[in-house]
Amino acid sequence: MWNRLRPRAATLWIWQLGLLVVLFLLWYAFTAPGLLPTFVFENDRQAAFFFGEPLKILGRIGTWFTGVEIWQHLWVTLLETVLAFAIGTGLGLAFGLWLALSPMAAAITDPYIKALNSMPRVILAPIFAVWFGLGIASKVALGVTLVFFIVFFNVYQGVREVSPVVLANARMLGASARQLLRHVYLPSATSWVFSSLHTSVGLAFVGAVVGEYLGSSRGVGYLILQAEGAFDINTVMAGILVLTAFALLLDALVGRIERRLMKWQPRAGETEKL
Amino acid sequence: MNGAPPSALALDGVACTFVSKDDPGQRYTAVRDVSLTVADGEFVSVVGPTGCGKSTLLNVAAGLLAPSVGVVRVFGAPLEGLNRRAGYMFQAESLMPWRSARENVAAGLEFRGVAEAPARADEWLRRVGLGGFGDRYPHQLSGGMRKRVSLAQTLVLDPDIILMDEPFSALDVQTRQLMENELLALWAQKRKAVLFITHDLDEAIALSDRVVVLSAGPASRPIGEFVVDLKRPRDVAEVRTVPRFIELHEAIWAVLREEVLKGYRQQLAA
Repeated sequence: MWNRLRPRAATLWIWQLGLLVVLFLLWYAFTAPGLLPTFVFENDRQAAFFFGEPLKILGRIGTWFTGVEIWQHLWVTLLETVLAFAIGTGLGLAFGLWLALSPMAAAITDPYIKALNSMPRVILAPIFAVWFGLGIASKVALGVTLVFFIVFFNVYQGVREVSPVVLANARMLGASARQLLRHVYLPSATSWVFSSLHTSVGLAFVGAVVGEYLGSSRGVGYLILQAEGAFDINTVMAGILVLTAFALLLDALVGRIERRLMKWQPRAGETEKL
Repeated sequence: MNGAPPSALALDGVACTFVSKDDPGQRYTAVRDVSLTVADGEFVSVVGPTGCGKSTLLNVAAGLLAPSVGVVRVFGAPLEGLNRRAGYMFQAESLMPWRSARENVAAGLEFRGVAEAPARADEWLRRVGLGGFGDRYPHQLSGGMRKRVSLAQTLVLDPDIILMDEPFSALDVQTRQLMENELLALWAQKRKAVLFITHDLDEAIALSDRVVVLSAGPASRPIGEFVVDLKRPRDVAEVRTVPRFIELHEAIWAVLREEVLKGYRQQLAA
């Protein structure tokens, strides 16, 4: 029995799932009123008040997903994330290519870029809410400011680090300035964009949720905000769990896309034991 | 000179002085007073100690680098900008890693808008012995295979002048001899002008019609020129045992030896 369950590649998921179950059991044991003698809090209901109760949380998630309302909130959050990611990546790519290829423009804008990047952009959220209203536009704007710089710096770096030999070779093969951009700079830059894909999708998501949390009428961030207002810690926790699962799903999706598009990149091979 | 066809490639009194970007007072003259011609259909090798500016010369011939002094003529016309009639095979990895072998070979044709680029790329891949490897990416190929792809990439465009910068220096001896023989066979079919840079004297003699020796840097210049009158076709492994080869090797090495030692001492002193 133990031999079949020993931790290895094939049984990895069992162990990962097992760890999750153990964590939930611990959570339950320490928060269920009256199950264990209290040792931190004064009465046995306080742990549940501060940390929520897993059974109630899972029940809340269950009622959410059997109903219709949650899908609408998830859809809004997803839409904001995707839009923020797409617009931020597009802008970052365009500006990155432009500034990397014209050193003078880069030199002039350098201090401004540094200033904008070091500014904590979350504080822009209220301004965006004023500019774009409480709908999805203000959340997308916040996400874009987060994604843009990640992509921008990666593209900038990517273009600057194009191998001079590859570049000279393409020129000798007869590539025009446009063809160099299309066939050398862009592929080289996209490889850097993809290397930052996980980070930028994550930040687009952060932008969407933080934006919702600071003021909205729909989205998962809004659900959490509502519950928090009523000190309903179980619903807050349920929202966080749903968000986490959602983020994991997005990350897996990005991983798949990345593997498809980056198949030209070397990966360390492993020998097979026969 | 009347009526004689102009050389495919002629460097006339070329000098290259580099100015340090950080300190404009710092100058480094890589090559000086270089006059060199390659006739149409001629295979010329340039040998010299390491760091003597061989690659600089090739970049000048390719038009990637403008000489500080002097002119480059391509079939009699002064060169401005890139040398469009030349193909350049680089010393370092020059394949686009995001393109498969086939796409890499087809790149030059694509840039020129040739419709049947993939088909012609496949044909050239077969010719360099990589018929079944068209879909592989550069990182999935061995060093020798990548060099073959580079060779196909350069030759598929059928350039009138072929510039080669130590193309086989990173390969092991066996692969290297195979590649050298392949290069000779391909060259014999078309008889293009070749300017071949190497630090390996054996390779230079085995391949070329003429060997030019550069002095140690800085400010290196040609200090000797030897016509290699070995009959063709040659096999690079067998030709090394021919008495005439050994004679030539001794004669050129006598000139080169002193420069190699000088270059070595300079590197130690630096």
